[in-house]
Amino acid sequence: MRAYTPKDDVQKKPYYTDRYWVAPQVAKSDVSEDAVFAHDLEAIKAKFEVLDAYIQVKQMVVVINAADNFGVIELMKNELEYNQLSELSAIDWLATEGKFEIFYQMLSMSKRKRIRVKCKIDEKESIQSLSSLFRSADWSEREMYDMFGVVVNNHPFMKRILMPDDWEGFPLRKIYPLQGDEFAQWYEVDKIFGKEAREIIGPENRDPARVDRYDTERFSRLGHEVPRGTDISQGEPDTPLCYQENEGVFLIQKFDAEKSVVISDRDR
Amino acid sequence: MQQSNRLRPFFENITFDRDDNELILNFGPQHPSAHGQLRLMLHLQQEQITKAHPDIGYLHRGMEKMAENMIYNEFMPTTDRMDYIASSSNNYGFALAVEELIGLDVPRRAKVIRMMLLETNRLMSHLFWLATTALDIGAMTVFLFAFREREYLMDLIEDYCGARLTHAAIRIGGVPLDLPDNFIADLRKFLDKLPENIKDYEDLLDTNRIWLMRMENVGVISKEMAQSWGCSGVMLRASGVEWDIRKEEPYELYDEVEFNVPVSDKGDNYARYKLYMAEMRESAKILYQVIDMYAGTGPELMAHAPQYISAPKIDIMTQNYSLMQHFVLVTQGMRPPVGEVYVATESPKGELGFYINSQGGAYPYRLKLRAPSFWHTGILTDLLPGHYIPDVVSIIGTTNIVFGEVDR
Repeated sequence: MRAYTPKDDVQKKPYYTDRYWVAPQVAKSDVSEDAVFAHDLEAIKAKFEVLDAYIQVKQMVVVINAADNFGVIELMKNELEYNQLSELSAIDWLATEGKFEIFYQMLSMSKRKRIRVKCKIDEKESIQSLSSLFRSADWSEREMYDMFGVVVNNHPFMKRILMPDDWEGFPLRKIYPLQGDEFAQWYEVDKIFGKEAREIIGPENRDPARVDRYDTERFSRLGHEVPRGTDISQGEPDTPLCYQENEGVFLIQKFDAEKSVVISDRDR
Repeated sequence: MQQSNRLRPFFENITFDRDDNELILNFGPQHPSAHGQLRLMLHLQQEQITKAHPDIGYLHRGMEKMAENMIYNEFMPTTDRMDYIASSSNNYGFALAVEELIGLDVPRRAKVIRMMLLETNRLMSHLFWLATTALDIGAMTVFLFAFREREYLMDLIEDYCGARLTHAAIRIGGVPLDLPDNFIADLRKFLDKLPENIKDYEDLLDTNRIWLMRMENVGVISKEMAQSWGCSGVMLRASGVEWDIRKEEPYELYDEVEFNVPVSDKGDNYARYKLYMAEMRESAKILYQVIDMYAGTGPELMAHAPQYISAPKIDIMTQNYSLMQHFVLVTQGMRPPVGEVYVATESPKGELGFYINSQGGAYPYRLKLRAPSFWHTGILTDLLPGHYIPDVVSIIGTTNIVFGEVDR
């Protein structure tokens, strides 16, 4: 019987896991321990529902409803002095709970604090764009769409940014294999030579570590080894190697290691 | 006038629309001044740009995806390929993020060596920036001068780790090697001469008429625009925001060294140029102080955390349990605790952030690379309209974007 491999997460797995291993947690502390964060959280809580809030590794994490994302960030920008949106992206939790987690990494330069706002959406759900608040969200949201297929509403230019426009599939999803799917295998062949050349050229090898032991033409002779010294030229004459210097090219002289000086001291 | 005996020129990258006089020009991805693989689609009225549309992704290698399929230590050399002009700063950003996740304490000597690497990398990056930008604008001499100085720094780094561009010189939990014997003497020699060199560049450029015409009042970024686009580093400080992560959220030993953060409120190309020059002087200042710190440190180079970090080689070779742990760490990788972390460091280009979501496994569940150049490229959409074609080259130059970082 073939071993079961889950199809919803094809990323690399460790070959050995200890059944009794319980992973430790990164410490979470209460928001009340930091006065600035506590004040900010109160201000957010006054207007929006906060599902969870804690401090982890010196930054506050606030979990909100996905529908409130624009409102919360707007409040943080206008009233709480969080003046930069450093980063925004998604995490794929489709395999376990069928959701994407979106995080917004906010920075307040006046308070020297960073807050991470997080929310979850379903696979087919879309989320409100923040590009009217922060221009930096414009490109980040495009990248999020490109990599995860999370559609963003009210975005001025919702197009792929890193992958080609006509790409199929979303590379950072857990169901997407590291070496690319079947579409990726044929993409360049189809683009450059046309679909009709598929049979002649074959799929692109997208695994840089692959060695084909029956490929005797292109690279290796694995599986076709011959005793040392055997003639493998198959009657083809040798191409002599000749270098320019030996031919006596005008103005070009042979490098003389005896006469050259190696500069090791920077003051020279 | 067309001559009948000549081939008719055909420009496949130019579309000319007769009706509204709009010209669409493809700038790149093979343009030498586009610093790598930037393609800009420029809408022109005569020579003036009405709309700019940067197209990126020509160097996309899917590093975030690769990170999800690698153990933590395996990913370290991959980070070199982000900002390949100053790769130790990427190594450091990643190492620091994992250390914060685990809660590791790095020995002091490792910290000192890391500071040296970070600041030499900053100097290398700024010298490279100066050289290429000056070359784009036509100052060949400055290019040769700056590359000469950069060469000495690369030799220094080569003495330390054996590589010139892709250093991988920092490990999670410390550094792999102690400084070679001649390192500090050579570094000091370089630093002693650096002010002279910087003065040479400034003599050539500061009051140079061509340089001023291409730089002054060109590419002015307002404070609001820089904030809104998530700019960081020199791009932000040239627009009048005093924000340097080394000062504001000090990591490593930056709270123990004295240095200034140069700021300008002009926001134009010339302000950014002046800040790069001033930052080189500050880096030299930091390096002098760090050199003095080195002597008073103990011999440890890696943190002691047997669960995550391999024991020193001598223990591995003599003690069975250390050998077993080393074997497990190499073959299976460390398993940081469940949690997430976002750590920002000040790389030569700006705020370099690593977001790591760990589910307690040997592979990160999600790793997001926050590369400053990504937004410094994005800002071109709003910055370029109104400028002329030659300005594009100088503006791209002063944004100091590196495409390994933009596309990741």
